[in-house]
Amino acid sequence: MEEYAIELQGVTKSFGSVLANDHVNLTLKKGEILAILGENGSGKTTLMNMLSGIYFPDEGTIRINGKEVVIRSPRDAFELGIGMVHQHFKLINVFTAAENIILGLEGKNILSRRDMEKEVAEKIRQIAEKYGFDIDPYQKVYNMSVSQKQTVEIIKIIYRGADIFILDEPTAVLTPQETKKLFAVLRNMQEAGKSIIIITHKLNEVLEISDRVAILRKGKSIREIRTSGAVAEFLTEMMFEGKTFLDINRSEPEDRGVRISMEGVSVRAADGVLKLDNVSFKVSAGEILGVAGISGSGQKELVEAIAGLQKAETGKIVYYPPEGEAKLLSSMAPSEISKTGVKLAFVPEDRLGMGLVGSMDLTDNMMLRSYNEGKGFFADRRAPRELAEDVVKKLEVVTPGVNTPVRRLSGGNVQKVLVGREIASSPTVLMVAYPARGLDVSSAYTIYNLLNEQKEAGAAVICVGEDLDVLLELCDRIMVLSGGKLTGIVDARSASKEDIGMLMIGEGMKQ
Amino acid sequence: MELIITFIQKAIGQGIAILFGATGEIATEKSGNLNLGIPGIMYMGGISGLMGSFFYELGHQNPSPGVGALIAVVCTLVASALGGLIYSVLTITLRANQNVVGLALTTFGTGFGNFFGGSISKLAGGVGQISVMTTASAFQKKLPGLSELPVIGPVFFSYGFLTYLSIVLSVLMFLFLNRTRMGLNLRAVGEDPATADAAGINVSAYKYAATISGAAIAGLGGLYFVMEYLGGTWTNNGFGDRGWLAIALVILALWNPLSAVWGSIVFGGLYIIYIYIPGLNRAAQELYKMLPYLVTIIVLVITSKRNKEEKQPPASLGSSYFREER
Repeated sequence: MEEYAIELQGVTKSFGSVLANDHVNLTLKKGEILAILGENGSGKTTLMNMLSGIYFPDEGTIRINGKEVVIRSPRDAFELGIGMVHQHFKLINVFTAAENIILGLEGKNILSRRDMEKEVAEKIRQIAEKYGFDIDPYQKVYNMSVSQKQTVEIIKIIYRGADIFILDEPTAVLTPQETKKLFAVLRNMQEAGKSIIIITHKLNEVLEISDRVAILRKGKSIREIRTSGAVAEFLTEMMFEGKTFLDINRSEPEDRGVRISMEGVSVRAADGVLKLDNVSFKVSAGEILGVAGISGSGQKELVEAIAGLQKAETGKIVYYPPEGEAKLLSSMAPSEISKTGVKLAFVPEDRLGMGLVGSMDLTDNMMLRSYNEGKGFFADRRAPRELAEDVVKKLEVVTPGVNTPVRRLSGGNVQKVLVGREIASSPTVLMVAYPARGLDVSSAYTIYNLLNEQKEAGAAVICVGEDLDVLLELCDRIMVLSGGKLTGIVDARSASKEDIGMLMIGEGMKQ
Repeated sequence: MELIITFIQKAIGQGIAILFGATGEIATEKSGNLNLGIPGIMYMGGISGLMGSFFYELGHQNPSPGVGALIAVVCTLVASALGGLIYSVLTITLRANQNVVGLALTTFGTGFGNFFGGSISKLAGGVGQISVMTTASAFQKKLPGLSELPVIGPVFFSYGFLTYLSIVLSVLMFLFLNRTRMGLNLRAVGEDPATADAAGINVSAYKYAATISGAAIAGLGGLYFVMEYLGGTWTNNGFGDRGWLAIALVILALWNPLSAVWGSIVFGGLYIIYIYIPGLNRAAQELYKMLPYLVTIIVLVITSKRNKEEKQPPASLGSSYFREER
């Protein structure tokens, strides 16, 4: 019995009428790295939240190190030595790294500067050195990059003396280099005898880092297997049993003429920083143009400038409709631009932040696009309702009905609703940012194929992405931004990941 | 010169009630609770202290000032903490809307004050007849010796003990928030309760403790007004809009109790400056009374322009927390 760090038996949790976990069994051996795989909404995060004390299970038993336990609160969890890095970091922005790390811990009540340095900062530096982290204990969280924040989260758990680690999609927001660093740290931790659970959608990462894989489907545990014997195809098959598997069907682009041309556009953010620096490019109907770059390189500003949400300081953006005269978008209001058929589906880091209203139901969210259509005093609810039902059916959104508030849906399903709505308006220019962020493989492919359909139907598609493998498979051309400058446009069929990586760090065009 | 000294004295006199309110509200807001019931709670605190000492003096031949003051302070703390408790139960446990509860509490508290104020006025024999002179004398007792010094005496040492207590409380509040583990935890609760919860902090306990003790501190502002400022009497609605000024002061001070100390004196000065400007008619006086609010708006505009993270309100201010929310 001693060899298991965690044993879950028959753990069940439901939210209202949605059964998130249905009698799940799971084991984690001491000193191993276990990957948990599953589709969106298959209950991975819910299951882990029960281990970390956020949710309380309806049924089932949890054993930690062989002893049966009840975890009522996050405090109980960390007293049992369980620490979790959540998908959305649990850090206080205005605090320093050190302050975040000692948050909630017992100890001397008075915190003098000297004690902070001698006891806290020193210990943090020791941990950092031992496992190979890079951290400044006095840096404020709001000044940190995503990977630095993640470092703080992991150190926070080590500092508390945890020996069981749960990481919920830790690589979703990291660059390939940062992921490598994280994996090196995880291996160091494993060598130090820690047990680790990692949730991820990326199969190659599962194969690279884990010893065993556990698969969840629709809230049920399906199987646990040794990673060494598993191949990617086998795993996906287990996850989506009964579903036909899909490739991205990339068709040859047909040149149907330029839709948007951007000439020397610069955009300055509210705080005066130049976010987009003299960018010029063209995108044609019937192609997918990918936009790559390290996060915060101006991707957001690029699509927002086209949608009219950001004012271009210099330069002009011209739209060439299929018929009729060219229009100067850079001088139009967002609502006018939207009417010309230029649509933006932006999936922000917090999926509800932009585009959807969490407390409104699916129908109302569809109406956000169409509320000002029609002549009567009362809004037309029938059309958006049909649209909502259509999106639910076509994209397989898991929801009790179209009258459910969007906030109740799981992250991936929220995203399907958002992208589905934008595509439904049959745009001439479709801009999507991170359309598959955090989605499982099958949902992601559903969305990629929708983009392909739009391309074949003659739309110009601009896709801001973070997964280079996907961009290379999906797009026809990829433009790369670095620090707001356009560093190059490559042909997605012939370019390699390394080429794009070089452009991303601003090394210039390789001819 | 004399005029300036009097002005400073009066400004401080006006400011102290506001400072108590602001210090209490800062503690409350740092836990993420926007308690708009503070103006009402200050009324409750004021009238309860007055009632306690009134009945004490009524029942004794030779009331002692010290005992009277003690009774007044205890009554005030209990009544205003009770106000804070009502607010806490409704917003933290039952997760009612904070603004609605706060405004209701202010309406309730003002009515509570005026009702009991009117009632004991009747007992005392008529409007303006309440007087707890003995108790008030304890509150108005100046520092012997020091207060007789020229200039320095009247400016710094001519006040009762509540004045000094208010400043000491603000400094202690600052040290608590910024130099202690519990203060760190409390600020975390106000910034992001989910994070605090995940770090093992008992979010509800912190919210209750901060809101109730914040209300108790604010209640002392009402007591200060009734005892030291008015000298132990009551007029309905006499406390006026000082409670709202306290909430405005929290914003002016950018949630820093130390800034609230000088801010309260500035507010006090602005509040009464119309008396010291000769030749103002009624209409102009009312305009001058707007000055504290005007200054608050200007500070808000400037700080939101500068956009510095530390100077922002607690991030979860005004929202309730439920762990299993999704």
